[in-house]
Amino acid sequence: MSASSNSPSVLYDAPGPRARVRNAVMAIVFGALLVVLIGWVVMLLDDAGHLTAAKWSPFVTDSRVWTTYLLPGLMTTLKAAFFAIVIALPLGAILGVARLSDHWWIRAPAGAIVEFFRAIPVLLLMLFANEAYAMFTDVARENRPLYAVVTGLVLYNASVLAEVVRAGILSLPRGQSDAAQAIGMRKNQTMRFVLLPQAVTAMLPALVTQLVVIVKDTALGGAVFGLYDLLRQTTLISANYGANIIASMTVVALIYIVLNFLLTSFASWLEGRIRRGKRGTGAVVATDPGELLELETPPKPAPDIRTSGTAGPIDPSGPTLSGEAGNQP
Amino acid sequence: MFEFLDFERYDLLGAFWTTVQLTFWSAIGSLIWGTVLAAMRVSPVPVMRAFGTVYVHLFRNIPLTLVIIACAQGLYMALRFSLGGDRPPEIYFRLAILGFIAYTATFVCEALRSGINTVPLGQAEAARALGLRFDQVLTLVVLPQAFRSVVAPLANVLIALTKNTTVAAAIGVAEAALLMKEMIENEAQLFLIAGIFAFGFILLTLPTGLLLGWVSKRVAVKR
Amino acid sequence: MRIRKATALAATVLALSLTATACGSEDSDTNDNGGSASDNGGSGSDDGGDAGSGGESLTIGIKFDQPGLGLLTPDGEYKGLDVDVATYIAGELGVNASDIEWLEAPSPERENLIMRGDVDLVVATYSITDARKESISFAGPYFVAHQDLLIRADEDVTSEDDINELTLCSVTGSTSAQRVKDDVAPDAHLHEFGTYSECLAGLENGTVDALTTDDAILAGYAAQPEHEGKFKLAGLNLSDEFYGVGLAKEDTDLRDQVNAAIEKMVEDGSWAEFVEANLGPAGYEAEAAPEITETD
Repeated sequence: MSASSNSPSVLYDAPGPRARVRNAVMAIVFGALLVVLIGWVVMLLDDAGHLTAAKWSPFVTDSRVWTTYLLPGLMTTLKAAFFAIVIALPLGAILGVARLSDHWWIRAPAGAIVEFFRAIPVLLLMLFANEAYAMFTDVARENRPLYAVVTGLVLYNASVLAEVVRAGILSLPRGQSDAAQAIGMRKNQTMRFVLLPQAVTAMLPALVTQLVVIVKDTALGGAVFGLYDLLRQTTLISANYGANIIASMTVVALIYIVLNFLLTSFASWLEGRIRRGKRGTGAVVATDPGELLELETPPKPAPDIRTSGTAGPIDPSGPTLSGEAGNQP
Repeated sequence: MFEFLDFERYDLLGAFWTTVQLTFWSAIGSLIWGTVLAAMRVSPVPVMRAFGTVYVHLFRNIPLTLVIIACAQGLYMALRFSLGGDRPPEIYFRLAILGFIAYTATFVCEALRSGINTVPLGQAEAARALGLRFDQVLTLVVLPQAFRSVVAPLANVLIALTKNTTVAAAIGVAEAALLMKEMIENEAQLFLIAGIFAFGFILLTLPTGLLLGWVSKRVAVKR
Repeated sequence: MRIRKATALAATVLALSLTATACGSEDSDTNDNGGSASDNGGSGSDDGGDAGSGGESLTIGIKFDQPGLGLLTPDGEYKGLDVDVATYIAGELGVNASDIEWLEAPSPERENLIMRGDVDLVVATYSITDARKESISFAGPYFVAHQDLLIRADEDVTSEDDINELTLCSVTGSTSAQRVKDDVAPDAHLHEFGTYSECLAGLENGTVDALTTDDAILAGYAAQPEHEGKFKLAGLNLSDEFYGVGLAKEDTDLRDQVNAAIEKMVEDGSWAEFVEANLGPAGYEAEAAPEITETD
């Protein structure tokens, strides 16, 4: 996945003199277009009065912007995300293992639950939860948005994590379960003592990346039913600091980017560590949210033409345990 | 029991039709823009590669909700890009599509890039040996094969997009999620209403998945 | 060995997240912008209209983003006429200011908040209308405002007919938005957002020509130091808006208590004081306190 943009590509030759000129020309033209575009937008924003110091300086000069709005908002976002993953993880593990059961009457309902909740937009789940809490419980109004967001995220992400867990277990070499069987373990024991502990390792990076998806989805609560999350703070800030909605949205976007970038980097560091590991199975579930986590079914791994040889992520929908599963010693 | 299904008051079919339209236009747009991005990310021009990389990383790390609201507040309210829309509902519908394209294209781009990686080395090498330039290698040899191998991942992107169009509710586009919010606030049959909307989305996403799953098997390159 | 390390890491991550959430839940009240005024959780909101006589705590819905009426300031305090009026009423009901729990009541949500019993009172620029009285009851009114337009300082809108030509901005679920659509200017382009502050940037740079709602709200925005010299009120008197205190339907006890409180507030001069303190700086000349109409 990652190699295609750094090392010289197979798609083109090492550039000769003419190609070098052509590339340079294209680089300059494209760069110029980009600069013009950005400059134009900046100019328009300036004309519209969105780049005045008065709109931006509060973020530097007035610490209350941070203490009253942004940091509490960030805390709420993080709180919702943490609750969601902590509750969704065990549920997902149960569902994932259930989907691998030998008994159809366990497998089928688990499969139906997983497929159902993955087919429904998470916003609908949140709206439903919000209304359900209002109608049937006495959760106080001020906490209800948080409950609703967490519930919606848990329902959805438990289903996604079920697939991650399943992928993690299937990514283990068959030797593991064979060996467990050979020493007389039952299926149940094999799962609990051999497969699950190793699958957790393989799943770790995917889990961290799922956190990015969850963090992003919490913003729905801020926009649609009044969770005081990071995104929601933009309207409150712009009510107090002279309609600086562009400035506050930019700052909030930067906070999301930094936060999610840290999480993503942590995930790929983890993935690299686990892959490079000399011992163990080297099996790992892909971390790429575009590949696995926002999608319906984890797609088949793309054997990287330049980095082939390392164990790739396994396709969990494939029934076999052979082949490209983590087969490193 | 079904008296809440007041079609005069709640335009259920209209709302789902809006969802379908949002999905359709966003899908086409993000397929095109995502392909361009993928081409940039594998191109020999460093500036393009850098742009593609930065773009993808930026847009993937911002909540879609923020992207959509930024389209309404930033593009329209601040910069007056109405995308040719005349009246408010139309303007926000178009802005939402633009936001979905900007966001979803990153996923199309990454899916395509992994698809490009599945094309065997020899294919590109043979093409180069024939003297084809980078753009020819990409458009004549590599991308056609890459597309065939990423039908399944792209189908997943499409399904995710269908569900993501509900985010347009945040800027008041009258699609399914906004109608559901209105209905469950005004009517008592929470489970029934939620069930209808859930069923609606299953109806939209399930055939997509099955159809494209079948297509992906048909067109997959046998290796 | 390596696996053990990774598993340990997994355990650490899990433990970390658990502690993080544990910390989170402890201060859950202070983290939400709402409700930071009191620490007794949401308990106050469950007892519906009884809170009035109970005299322990009261949950009151206000606006968080309307300068002069209800604003969550950078200091984390709530300020404005609605806040002062609500505090006074609460005092008359035997609730200390520190025991009031403030909750944001966005325009489209107000009836819902009351019907579900999420709040005891709504004091949030809440115009008394017959449509709303079908689902809730009002006390008051305590203030009368008029629908008007907020326009850029260098422009003028002199007659109602001109409004049809304009691009307007208002808030979903407000009486102003409804009136524009129904009577005043059915041909005008109307943008509706969740809060008024989302309209302001568009008004400032010309995407919308006017923000329309009650003059008291508009005056608050016009008078914000950040907006000095940018906006003015058009001075059109499009309607009379009688602000009432929203409460649960048919809760006549609470309504009478609130009415008595409002009457007392006007009589002892507090009302004039509140109006002057909150709307005076905006140069808003309020009419005399209206007669209480919401009796049987």
